Amino acid sequence: MVTLNNITKTYNKGALKAVDNVSFTVEKGELFGLIGPDGAGKSSIFRMLTTLLLPDGGTATVDGHDIVKDYKQIRSSVGYMPGRFSLYQDLSIEENLHFFATVFNTTVEENYHLIEDIYVQIAPFKKRRAGKLSGGMKQKLALCCALIHKPTVLFLDEPTTGVDPVSRKEFWEMLKRLKQQGITILVSTPYMDEASLCDRIALMQNGRVLSIDTPQGIIAGYPSSLYAVKATDMPRLIHVLPTYEPPFNSYIFGEYIHIDMRVMDDQPPIENLTHFLTNAGFEDIEVVSITPTIEDCFIKMLTK
Amino acid sequence: MNPQEPVIKTEKLTKRFGDFIAVNEITFEVYKGEIFGFLGANGAGKTTAMRMLCGLSTPSAGHATIAGFDIYRQTEQIKRNIGYMSQKFSLYEDLTVLENIRFFGGIYGLGDRQLKSKSQELIERLGLQAEAKKLVGELPLGWKQKLAFSVSVLHEPSIVFLDEPTGGVDPVTRRQFWALIYEAASNGITVFVTTHYMDEAEYCNRISIMVDGSIEALGTPKQLKSQMNETSMDGVFYQLARGAKRGE
Repeated sequence: MVTLNNITKTYNKGALKAVDNVSFTVEKGELFGLIGPDGAGKSSIFRMLTTLLLPDGGTATVDGHDIVKDYKQIRSSVGYMPGRFSLYQDLSIEENLHFFATVFNTTVEENYHLIEDIYVQIAPFKKRRAGKLSGGMKQKLALCCALIHKPTVLFLDEPTTGVDPVSRKEFWEMLKRLKQQGITILVSTPYMDEASLCDRIALMQNGRVLSIDTPQGIIAGYPSSLYAVKATDMPRLIHVLPTYEPPFNSYIFGEYIHIDMRVMDDQPPIENLTHFLTNAGFEDIEVVSITPTIEDCFIKMLTK
Repeated sequence: MNPQEPVIKTEKLTKRFGDFIAVNEITFEVYKGEIFGFLGANGAGKTTAMRMLCGLSTPSAGHATIAGFDIYRQTEQIKRNIGYMSQKFSLYEDLTVLENIRFFGGIYGLGDRQLKSKSQELIERLGLQAEAKKLVGELPLGWKQKLAFSVSVLHEPSIVFLDEPTGGVDPVTRRQFWALIYEAASNGITVFVTTHYMDEAEYCNRISIMVDGSIEALGTPKQLKSQMNETSMDGVFYQLARGAKRGE
């Protein structure tokens, strides 16, 4: 449904490589996530795929249309929700929705089934101007406007950035229901914990793709063993762990410290670590072997 | 951290906009050298509360002192004794490293001589000698963040307010940033921080969670988890915030 072949985009006369030789394919009906921090190149990819920006190199297609030659067809068939709220602030909810339907030569009634789920939540305020809406309601309206012409592919650029964990969860529930209606969705996010909600993800950093797979596949590909450690006096623990031999990478993760160990380095690791920490005077020591999260995998790729 | 030395002290602090009660009688203390996490859903009233604590907005009712200064009468002294940094507002990208340090140091009231020695010291401590005359916009994100934080505490404030300082930052840089926070706290600076990352809530000494204008929970991460019978801060937050009536 979407293919990118060696797509490159530079800014500042080539000084900044925003997107560096990126290739991937999104299948029909897939929920595909671009996961990475600010500056990873996510928005530039979205702007190229929605024909708002020209690539410096490489080719890409959306629903079989070339992003350079066939920009007209792409513009009329995709839905795009940019990172910044970009509806008409001085039009009401209803007016915005009708406007977008009209621009795409359709009516709100024709595709109402696609947005019904989301629209009923903001319908009580349909006469209110978009500029006066709360953040959550703006987001729902923007999603309705991006959907109203029944797009073949929906591009959502960081829809959950700066949004609290409860509202983020609700947003992903909406995406899941849209996916069930057969819409192909490309979504970007800086939140690693949202990766597991996608069918497949591309982990990105500084314009490059670090890895593309299903979330389960990326976790299964974690090349070493991961342990979580906890004890009394965590601040001291942070300083003591790097003195362990053989050395390993350790970093805080919520209430634990994660330790990344090559499998062959130390046997048996849990017993040896516990022994080491007991000798160093720690109490209530907890050392467990854990399954990495996507965030652990990302850290591993960055510290390689 | 020292419970005997509150640097932030509020009592029934309230802010109304017409009929709307944005912040509803919040009462809490933050101690010297503490890392205090200020959490809440979008629209819970965090930003309004923070604006009052920084001396930028006059409360409708209640009392508070910040670094010993009264929130109604001594807002100028408050502004001189706090630092502020957010993801959205930190440094000027089109000024050099040195220019940014001088500019913000000047705003925070440092004199010429102090500025000169402080900026030199900071550049050396951060190892930015080669970058001193480069535009901030050319620095990698991790460096920008370090610099922004260091600039916000250049005038040695008693409290630094950090408003979502790590939004959109990669997981390695995010952890490096928390190392800076720990260092500042161990030097006696009180850190008041908001975040949407629940793992970061774990790094705070104590946290409060606001729902619809009120503080619904306050304690160490461990206390809150056991009170709410949850294994993670994510669970605690979800339990409290899903009952929220108002959005942003």
